[in-house]
Amino acid sequence: MTDATLPARYDRPSALAFLGYAAGVVIILWSFAGAGFSIEKVISSPPRFADFLDRALPPNLDPQVLERLSWKMLETLQIALAGAVIGIVLSVPVALLAARGLIAPTWVNQIVRTLLGFVRAVPDIAWALVFVVAVGLGPFAGMLAIAVDTIGFCGRFFADDMEAADKGPSESLTATGARKIDVVACATIPAAMPAFISTSLFATEKAVRSSTILGLVGAGGIGIELKVGFDLFDYPTAMTVILMIAVVVIAIEQLSGWARTKVIGEQR
Amino acid sequence: MTKSGIETLVAPVQPDQAGAEISAPVLPVDLRVTGLAKSFGDTPIFKDVSFGLSRGEAVAIVGANGTGKSTLLRCLMGLIPADAGTIDVLGTDVRNASSAGVRTMRAQMGLVSQKHNLVPRLSVLSNVVQGLLGQKPGIRHWSQSFAPAPSRDAALAALDKVGLAHLATRRADRLSGGQSQRVAIARALVGHPKILIADEPTASLDPAAGEDVMDLFFSLARQEGVTVIFISHNIEHALRYGDRVLGLADGGMPLDARAASLTAEDLRGLYD
Repeated sequence: MTDATLPARYDRPSALAFLGYAAGVVIILWSFAGAGFSIEKVISSPPRFADFLDRALPPNLDPQVLERLSWKMLETLQIALAGAVIGIVLSVPVALLAARGLIAPTWVNQIVRTLLGFVRAVPDIAWALVFVVAVGLGPFAGMLAIAVDTIGFCGRFFADDMEAADKGPSESLTATGARKIDVVACATIPAAMPAFISTSLFATEKAVRSSTILGLVGAGGIGIELKVGFDLFDYPTAMTVILMIAVVVIAIEQLSGWARTKVIGEQR
Repeated sequence: MTKSGIETLVAPVQPDQAGAEISAPVLPVDLRVTGLAKSFGDTPIFKDVSFGLSRGEAVAIVGANGTGKSTLLRCLMGLIPADAGTIDVLGTDVRNASSAGVRTMRAQMGLVSQKHNLVPRLSVLSNVVQGLLGQKPGIRHWSQSFAPAPSRDAALAALDKVGLAHLATRRADRLSGGQSQRVAIARALVGHPKILIADEPTASLDPAAGEDVMDLFFSLARQEGVTVIFISHNIEHALRYGDRVLGLADGGMPLDARAASLTAEDLRGLYD
């Protein structure tokens, strides 16, 4: 046995680290206070929630209502799919400009990344309001909002995916004398393709979730039915809308997961 | 310089380890490096490295890990910048050439890496077609699906030479290590390069596959009359396949000698 000693199980934090942890706790408590967190309200809410459920259940299953809501749900999916596809396609060139070390100089990368950060910082519902003003009420405004929101999401992640792609194939093609654009098209994008597909499927799921509430601001889809249901105290119809959204979103998530496995495969 | 931009030299003129000079026929020089130096930050990798390669010559570069063998090859291809010295490859002054000039030079070279570096999700044939991108840039050579018939034929012929024409449609990530490296050789040869560079081409292969790949690589290189510069940690390979051996050690190139004049023991000294 040598005279080696075991190190301590845990490192004692430095004074600065300790202050950092303490500041973190204070900020969290401060946020609870700012959010109006109230134990009293938490305790008193279950009876009110039960009252809502009592008035909302059973959901409205009237065939005419179901038919109307189904068409609205279909429109919601159309908004989501069209917006997501436009957003995903446009994200590829945007991501090429945002990715460091590919085709654009660093200052272009910085500008594009900052713009993408701005697009992501604005919530989808705010984009919907902007496009309602720009193109009028209806699903087209919703589709544009989804497209812009998708560019903010996919543009950033596509760029990160390309930066993280295996550099080996790129170097081999560069060594043949290929131009940067050819190297990106032939090596970088195919190497990042599994990540692109995965990100695109997440973006589509996100678009479906977002599109269900865009109707609240008049940008088409089933959201308007939810708003009308609550405004008119027609809770059974509102409950039907909520259940419909839940079923569709869960189904889309399942479908997306299946497609991800099918297209990308294991570890690809 | 000659009209073609390729100077000639009595090759090889370097003294062997015993210091004796060997005379040989006059051959065109494909590559000439003088006083090359490279460091990463404050860490010097090598300095004052000079050597030349005659047309059709096979040169092995040996040396311990961290002596800058791969860095040297990357400098030669202009993939990373050297700090000092001159690099003349096929008449191109690599350090001062424009991007287009460097690309034109690279289009006459082929690279086989330690890891095959194929594009995994593409077919074997597409990977080989992409080896022509330096000579024929543009979307038609992004995939075998868009490629013109002569390019597809050339790619298939290159695959045939490495014995893998029957796997042309298979995805590259479904190949074994040896098959992948053969495809990488086909990709490097499809454009009929004047210089082939191989960076430890057998490092990721088992010994038997490594022997097969080296035999194939050098038989094809000799058939095509290509100048070869390769890195190997396998001393037997360096002596068997190299006409000349360059040894990197202690930040320089203390060894530049005919392989026939060396023994395995001589090279082991570089790893001490």
